[in-house]
Amino acid sequence: MAQTLQRTPLHDRHVALGARMVPFAGWEMPVQYAGVIPEHRAVRRDCGVFDVSHMGEIEIEGPRAAKLLQSTLSNDLDRIQAGQAQYTLLTNETGGVVDDLIVYKLDEFRFLLVVNAANRAVDYRWFRDREIPGSDVRDVSDEYALLAVQGPRAFEHLGLPDAKAFTFAEGEIDGIVCMVNRTGYTGEAGCELLVMAEDAGELWDRVLERGAQPCGLGARDTLRLEACFPLHGQDITPETDAISAGLAWCCALDKEFTGADPLREIKERGPDRKLAPFVMEERAIPRTGMAIDGGGEVTSGTHSPMLDRGVGMGYVPAPDAKPGTELTIDVRGRPRRARVVKKPIYPSHETA
Amino acid sequence: MAATESYPGELKYHREHDWARIEDDEAVLGITWFAQDALGELVHYEPPEEGATVVKDEPYGEVESVKAVSDVIAPLSGDVIEVNRKVVDEPEVVNADPYGDGWLVRIRVSDLGEAEALLDAEAYKQVVAEQ
Repeated sequence: MAQTLQRTPLHDRHVALGARMVPFAGWEMPVQYAGVIPEHRAVRRDCGVFDVSHMGEIEIEGPRAAKLLQSTLSNDLDRIQAGQAQYTLLTNETGGVVDDLIVYKLDEFRFLLVVNAANRAVDYRWFRDREIPGSDVRDVSDEYALLAVQGPRAFEHLGLPDAKAFTFAEGEIDGIVCMVNRTGYTGEAGCELLVMAEDAGELWDRVLERGAQPCGLGARDTLRLEACFPLHGQDITPETDAISAGLAWCCALDKEFTGADPLREIKERGPDRKLAPFVMEERAIPRTGMAIDGGGEVTSGTHSPMLDRGVGMGYVPAPDAKPGTELTIDVRGRPRRARVVKKPIYPSHETA
Repeated sequence: MAATESYPGELKYHREHDWARIEDDEAVLGITWFAQDALGELVHYEPPEEGATVVKDEPYGEVESVKAVSDVIAPLSGDVIEVNRKVVDEPEVVNADPYGDGWLVRIRVSDLGEAEALLDAEAYKQVVAEQ
């Protein structure tokens, strides 16, 4: 590979732990340590820690920072107070999803956005191009590392009190100060620890000592898919609209933001296709890009470690998205039966 | 659970990381330790039909880990006389015991002369070392 991959501050620790490193969104990241399945189970049963320092952080500050965000992000920022976070979408003029992200309201005039690694540059440009006097946009990604500590016993291991989902507070773990965000991408309880890059190594060591199992991007993908969290670039893209993706719940269609008009239209007439979660009825593993009979396509597929079968999500004609509908998926030339299920595919402690 | 790296001397190897244990005019086929390690924990085995013809150097089945799909290449030509159903039910057996319980198919070999082109354990270890 000609392009140089970026490394997180924890790179050497991953290698020392025997992680298998792979290129991901321009970064060299651990895909697994002990194995995807044991790591996945550790998060569902106990606690795992993921290095997600590749994700981007954008800070938007100023008396009109909220105004800039209200006009560009789909969710209603007025619904959260300082100390709260919100899942939201950056949408384009057609209602397509430029990125999905979490916005943290630091105070009335200051917001932190945690964005997908692959979209960091696009998102930053997007906000810079729309900057208004009184809003200052900065990419602060290189200053921070991010550790996701996830699982039903995450807070117990960290020695921190549990908190309400989508809140955050300053916290301290063995003397290391970090921002403790009650968010995640696994469907389990847990938090994401935003820490200064130079403190990341020590925090990682302490979190492992406290009993979290190191987990890679492989388990992160199987966990989020069981929880039915969409992955940007696969399940949601600038070409897929938020309504068809089932994300109307985070689109405040009673306010104005980029793409609100087309989204209102799609909501009004009903989307032609919908993103539907499914479970295989036969032995087979669905994969991204496989055709679904009747004009659909798999956008994410994997083997579910908890259900021990193939599971996935894909766009299907709207009538087929109803739970219980049987689908036929073309698995490399072999027709294999699947059934649409209700979200989530695997009900965890958090999503049940 | 995972087996430790080994390449038994009594087996013949194909450079696409498959092995054959020749028993008279039959052969048992599987994937090597290197192949299962590269894939990670196997979660699916798509076997050929019993009675199907397999052709040397061509895929006869698929194995999948959580992340990846891989064709399984036939080291020898022949007809499938038995599929290892245990691996269909519990693909992780291949990780635990790639040369024993984790065998994939038994074939009736159509041309034993083809075995001449296969590698012995020492030559295959060279292939692995170059990966």
